[in-house]
Parts: sequence; C-alpha cells; structure tokens
Amino acid sequence: MAEFRMPSLGADMEEGTLVEWLAKPGERVERGTLLAAVETQKGLFEIESFEDGILGPSLVQPGQTVPVGTVLAMIQMEGAAIVSSGAPPPTEQPPVGAARPATPTTRRIAASPAARKRAAELDVDLAGIQGSGPDGAIQLSDVERSARPAPGEAGAHPAPAPSGASREGMRQAIAAAMSRANREIPHYYLETDIDLSRALRWLEGENLKRPIRERILPAALLLKAVAKALGEVPELNGYWLNDRLHVSPAIHIGFAISLRDGGLITPAIHNVDQLSLQELMKAMGDLIERTRANRLRGSEMTDATLTVTNLGDLGVKTVFGVIYPPQVALVGFGRVTERPWAENGMLGVRRCVIATLAADHRASDGHRGGQFLAALDRFLQTPDKL
Amino acid sequence: MSEPNTMKKTTYREAVREALRDALLRDERVFLMGEDVGHYGGCYAVSKGLLAEFGPERIRDTPLSELGFVGAGIGAAMGGMRPIVEIMTVNFSLLALDPILNNAATILHMSGGQFNVPLVIRMATGAGKQLAAQHAHSLECWYAHIPGLRVLSPATLEDARGMLWTALEDPDPVLIFENNTLYNLEGTLPENAGPVDIDRARVRRAGKDLTIVTYSASLFKCLEAAEALAREGIEAEVIDLRSLRPLDDATYLASIAKTHRALIVDEGWRSGSLSAEISARIMEQAFYELDLPVSRLCSAEVPMPYARHMEEAALPRVETIIATAKGMVSHG
Repeated sequence: MAEFRMPSLGADMEEGTLVEWLAKPGERVERGTLLAAVETQKGLFEIESFEDGILGPSLVQPGQTVPVGTVLAMIQMEGAAIVSSGAPPPTEQPPVGAARPATPTTRRIAASPAARKRAAELDVDLAGIQGSGPDGAIQLSDVERSARPAPGEAGAHPAPAPSGASREGMRQAIAAAMSRANREIPHYYLETDIDLSRALRWLEGENLKRPIRERILPAALLLKAVAKALGEVPELNGYWLNDRLHVSPAIHIGFAISLRDGGLITPAIHNVDQLSLQELMKAMGDLIERTRANRLRGSEMTDATLTVTNLGDLGVKTVFGVIYPPQVALVGFGRVTERPWAENGMLGVRRCVIATLAADHRASDGHRGGQFLAALDRFLQTPDKL
Repeated sequence: MSEPNTMKKTTYREAVREALRDALLRDERVFLMGEDVGHYGGCYAVSKGLLAEFGPERIRDTPLSELGFVGAGIGAAMGGMRPIVEIMTVNFSLLALDPILNNAATILHMSGGQFNVPLVIRMATGAGKQLAAQHAHSLECWYAHIPGLRVLSPATLEDARGMLWTALEDPDPVLIFENNTLYNLEGTLPENAGPVDIDRARVRRAGKDLTIVTYSASLFKCLEAAEALAREGIEAEVIDLRSLRPLDDATYLASIAKTHRALIVDEGWRSGSLSAEISARIMEQAFYELDLPVSRLCSAEVPMPYARHMEEAALPRVETIIATAKGMVSHG
C-alpha cells in the first residue's frame, strides 16, 4: 500500500483544501494519473499519482481542508500481495499474465439508498464523499453537504475563479516566498544584450509556412534557448536545500504567468530541453489556458527547476528578478526593441532584448552565470538548431 | 361533530363496553358470546352489566371450548346474525384457529361467494400483567397472515369505542385485538363518540427526523419515547397502524419519504413478525427513501416470563426505543 498525501505545493504551503476527486476508489491508477484537485493559497491544482495501483476509499472528502502530509487515500500497489508472500505460490495458480483481472479488493461504496438517489439527482460522485453513517456509509446529509458549493462559489462545480479571499491568500504566499528569497538568497545579477534579429527573421520565415494556429512565438524560442544554455551550466538548474545545491537532471522551466486580476503563478513546463519548438509552443498554450482556468497540476507548481520572467510585452527594458526559493536562478527578458548595434565596425539597426540572470551566489558564481548568458546568446544566434 | 363541553372522562374498558352497548342497541342481530362474558362480566370486566341490560339471549356465557363457540359464532353469522365472539386471550384462540382459518376466512371463497361470514371476534392480547407464557403473547401477526380476515388493533379510547360498529358492518370476519394493559387506560372521549374508519393508519405525533411504526400498547411507549427524544431535539413521527390486515402502507411510506429513517416497534416476536412484513414492504416500496437500514424493536424470542422484571426486560421498552432512535439519528 502506498499513501496518497496532501502534497506540499510550495515551501510556504501548510494546508490545502481537497476540492474534487478526479479518480474513483477502486479505479486503476498509474503514475501521472490525476487523482484530485486541491486548492491552495496559490490556486487550484490537479495532483497526480506517483504510484501504479488501485485507488482505495477516499479518506478526505471534498471541501475538507487538511494539513500537508495528510493521507487522502491509499493506493493498493499492484502485485503487492504476491510480493509480500515471498515464495512463489503453489500450483493451481492461473498463469500470471500481463493483464491481471481487476482486484476483488474494490468494494462497493457503502451508501444508503436515499443517498444514492440524491447523488444521482445532484450529479454528485459518491466516490468523493466521506460517509458519516454506520460503518462510514454515505448518507443523505453527506451527499447534500458535498453538493453544496463552498462559500463564495456560485456553482456546484468547484469554481475556478479564485475568490477575493484566495487572491489575498496568493498575495500572502508570494509575500512569504519573496521575503524568504531576499532574506536567505545572496543574489547576484548579470545582464547582457542579445541581438535577436537573426532569430526573429528565422522565426518569421518559419511562421509563414505554418497555419496561424501553429505559429511560434518568440517566447518559445527564448525558453528553448534558456533550456539549452542550462545544459551547459547545470548549476543554475536545481534547488538549494539543506545548505547544498541539488542540481536537477531534468529541466523544468517555471514560466511566470500574470493573472489578469492580479497575482502571479509560475507553473513549470516539463523537460523543456527535450521539446521541439512546436511542442514547447503547445505546452505553453496549454499551460496558459489552464493557469487562467485554475486547472494546474500539483507537480507543475512544485517542480520548476528555474524560473523565466518575461516582462517584454509591458515595455520593461530590464528584469531584475527575485529567485523563487528553493530554486537557484531566475532568467529575465525585457522588451524586444530596435536598437543601434555596432558589429564588426559597422553600425546597424537590430532587434535586441536584454537578458538578465539573477542567481544564487551560494550555488554558482558570476563566472558560470556569465557563461550561461553567453551560451544563451549563442543558441539564439542559431535558431534553426533550437 | 363533538362540542368541547361534551367531553367525558372514561377508560379503554368503558369505551369497549360503550361500543358493545351501542352495537347491541343499534342492531338486534348483534349478540355477545364468550367465556364469562355474562354473569362474571368478562374476565377484564368489559361486559359488566350487559347481561342485566340485554338478557341471556344476547349476552351468552359459553363453555370453555373455543373451538365450539367460535364455530357456533361462524354458523350464526352465516345464518344472518351479527355475533361478537369474545376470546379470553389470544393464546386460547389457537384452539379456534381451525374454524377461524378453515371456515370464517374461507367460506366465502369455498362457497363460490354464496356465504359470507359477518362475524366479529374480540380477544385480549399482549404481556405486561404477569400472566406468563400461556396468556401473554402477541400473536395477532398470525391472524394478520390470513387472507379473508380483517385484523384491527385499537390503541386509543376513540378506536376502542369506534372500531366495533364499523367492524360489524363489514360483511366479512373481523378480528379485534385489545391489549390487556390498555383496559385501565384513562382519557376523555366526546359524549357522542361513534364509529371510526378501520382502514387507515394514523400519525399520532408528527416529526421529521425518524418514523416509528407501531400499534396497540406499544404506541404509548413510542409516544413517551418521542416526548423524551423531542427534549433532545429529535422529532420522531409516531404512526399507529390501527389495522394490521390490511396494512395501510401509504401512511408510513409517506412518513418515511419525509424522515428517511424507520423504526418498527412490535410486541410480537421478531422472526416472521408484523415488523418483518412492514420492513419488507418498506424495502419494496421505499428503498430509495431509506438513509439507513430499517430498525426493529420486538419482544425477546422467549416464552413470556412471569417475573415482573423479566417480563419488562422481554418487551420493547421506552428506554430502548429512545436509545435506538438516538443511535439512528446520530448517524447523519
């Protein structure tokens, strides 16, 4: 048995509210299967399973707020019984095939007839309800309680738009994380001008070949170049934990998305170095859409290994970033503007961007930071190789 | 319609006697027959004074032979009379089970509809008077099993007064079960109290949290329990079945549709009891209204003990009704 717990979706998260079960007890789940939606101060996230197995009965019901680490449900690992029995079973066992029949451990949910009827009327899933009746049976009142929208929400479906209260919560969370960053992280800042003319020209040519919906934005180019540059300077990619740098082998880039009505979320795009520009573009679009709809996955909130902030569309010239702990670096991009550019004794007009690096001096030095920015520049000069 | 100033104090015993007098006065075909109903005035003193008032033709003492005098009553009914046969207790009625089942309940069918049996049999039932295991059982369920009979269970003074005449008007046999602990029940009745319907159950106390289905003397235990429960914020709806055959399903089903919880309190033995029948009907007709399993409180499945404390322990009690109801309501 494995425990599916309320995850920590950030260094400052102490508790979370289970909003919805996305998988039913008895359901076969795999690593990555979305199990539950959890609301935190930072918003609503979908939490994946880390195990393969059969999801057990829900131990926490929607609407309940529980501390980080609380077991939400057990996951019966496949084959666990056989493993524990040690010696191979004697004869008369059916041959162990790849597909094992559904485990008989899946019990029918104990719910009163009236509760079942009401759940059907209200279109409520019994699997997500904690019963208060005899032997934990779900009763009428349990169904009605679970169907009632949480305070401040309009519909029966967990409302995506965070209320004023959770906006407040998000502000608090940002405040805590940023205070910690400035208190604990000795930042150093590097800045460089990057000529984007070649990259943008290449991109414009590429986009001409594509239908509008598949066009690639410069932001995708920048992210990909950051990922490739991190491959050369890995000590910027990871976490500072327990007075030690933990370099991450995977490159998950936190991508700061401002919410229209205030607040900031930096969900991660996974394995950016391994995505094609096309895939990266798709991932970004998906992420922005889900962020605005408040349907982010838990892992996307927690496992960014570096954050990129792009404030160019606001006309910002230079970004001086504050690192999101426990990450060790933040890359910022300002606006892309035409600027006079001297090269090989010639003056020309080029489309440029100022790229900055805010890095944790405990984890890296300016020398390596400089090499990172140089690599970033280099990759952006050969866009067709990105 | 009764006027407020015409209420009179009375007892269950007097109400039954009034019903008998009323019937004897209304219809000259009516006569009362049974062990000790005449000179002794009935073993529960129900018919006291009737012999003097109506004479030995109409108030007839019988030998100690239930088989004989119940059979005679059936014959008289078939011959055009309207007999009221009294059996001392339900335990004794078993001697007359043959004529009740094989004659009274079936002759209409066996005669192809030529003979009906307009007979009323009254008998005492129930424990609580230390009459022990041969006089104190609640076997009305056995009669409620039989098609062709109507089985009534008056609990209140009003029903004790009113059910008899309506039963006599029925063209087929009707059994009336009077719980022996009720005869001393005191209360008031309108001077002009008269016949009542014998078809429908009654909500004796309205409530929203729990439905208690019961009948006869258990009704008063349930009402007392409901009072106590109300003080703790639990509103029990108490239903008096009144008619045990046919059962008025609609009344208790409507109540359960409101409360979603059902407790049946039945002085009979649990196995194969009326409570079992009602529980089954709830499952069949109101399954999706139930928020937890139907509960039952019945008599212990033992011969009824003589010792008072043991007799009390064997019967459904107010405390157990309260505890069971609280247990049911505390879940959800």
